[in-house]
Amino acid sequence: MNGFTALLMRDLRLVWRRPGDVGVVLAFFVVATVLFPLGIGPEANVLARIAAGVLWCAALFAALLSLERLFASDHEDGTLDLLLLAPWPLELAALAKCAAHWIVTGLPLSLLAPFLGIAFGLDGQSLLALGVTLLVGTPTLSLIGGLAAALTLGARRSGALLALLALPLCVPTLIFGAGAIETLAAGEGIVTHVAILAALALVALATTPWAIAAALRQAGE
Amino acid sequence: MASPILQINALTCRRGGRLVFDRLSFGLGEGELLALVGRNGSGKTTLLRALAGLMPAEAGTIRWQGAEIADDPDTWRSKLAWLGHLEGLKGDLTVTENLIVAERLRGVKFVDRLDGALLAFDLEGLAARPVRTLSAGQRRRAALARVVLSAAPLWLLDEPLNALDASAQQAFRDALKTHLAAGGLAIAATHAELGVAGRTLELGGIAPLKASA
Repeated sequence: MNGFTALLMRDLRLVWRRPGDVGVVLAFFVVATVLFPLGIGPEANVLARIAAGVLWCAALFAALLSLERLFASDHEDGTLDLLLLAPWPLELAALAKCAAHWIVTGLPLSLLAPFLGIAFGLDGQSLLALGVTLLVGTPTLSLIGGLAAALTLGARRSGALLALLALPLCVPTLIFGAGAIETLAAGEGIVTHVAILAALALVALATTPWAIAAALRQAGE
Repeated sequence: MASPILQINALTCRRGGRLVFDRLSFGLGEGELLALVGRNGSGKTTLLRALAGLMPAEAGTIRWQGAEIADDPDTWRSKLAWLGHLEGLKGDLTVTENLIVAERLRGVKFVDRLDGALLAFDLEGLAARPVRTLSAGQRRRAALARVVLSAAPLWLLDEPLNALDASAQQAFRDALKTHLAAGGLAIAATHAELGVAGRTLELGGIAPLKASA
């Protein structure tokens, strides 16, 4: 087992030992999403129109909830020093941490969202599109969120700072993710939107690990 | 003194704009221990972190077996075992899991000296317990077991005796002696007597300092 896999498995094991952390994220996603139909009323047309935006925004906020602790716990217990001193690239360690975050938040959110979409009256095709766009788009949220978490490590009010840093950077993903469902409703395909989401994810994959590693080295000094 | 494996030349460090130490030079050979002593804030931890590469030095060089560590930091890091103020253990993992993960993060594929490391610090009975259920002294012992398990030639230790009772301190001394006898090197920042023969470097001023016998 190499260092990348060891770190990924360690973080997944830690989540397994404290399932409440992921439970809170998923519960927030469900509650935040369900509040909209209750608040707006049962008008099917309105709900179907706002569904994608609501579900994407709720998924983004839910993913942000757990990001504050992504590196903070390692910083607090001294294991960040062990990562900084590992004889393999810190960029890979950053990627392993973001991958673990996506597996325990982005993936379950993507699988859960289509079920919540039913409450908004989305048809089967839209539900499928919602799940697909979230699956392709949420890795970007984990990577950008990971960068914001690393940049705010050790800062006071890091949670609020993290949101202020990450949210604007997530706007393109949000626009193309939610836009795909509207495009589908207009009778067009979602391939272009999914391709753009994938491109955004690849750009994040190619850039954020280096920036995260640099921020972690700075925090470790 | 044996020919130095680790050679520090004119190392200068600032922290928050303050000069912590200036043009510090010393060498360390096979089987040697260097105890860093000095008042709080004298720069012991800063020196350890600078040696590990956790913080950049303003000037100076660190050489390992003649090669500058900056030229190949991955190889340098593979030579180190680190014990900081914090134990570097995950509270929700057991002692055994923490030790295995630490080794795998160091790139070790097969961890085969685990029992010996646990035995050295009397941790066999605690091996399956989550670290968060251990006392401060037990956690320190687990962190020291991680250092022993690493088999790294250079130990960098920040207050290794913190929170240890008399028997755990003796276990640490025995482990350190074994490491030095096998040709290993160790640098330890300490306020307490380590109880192992070695040299002492007192930090505290900004004048150039040399390690004294």
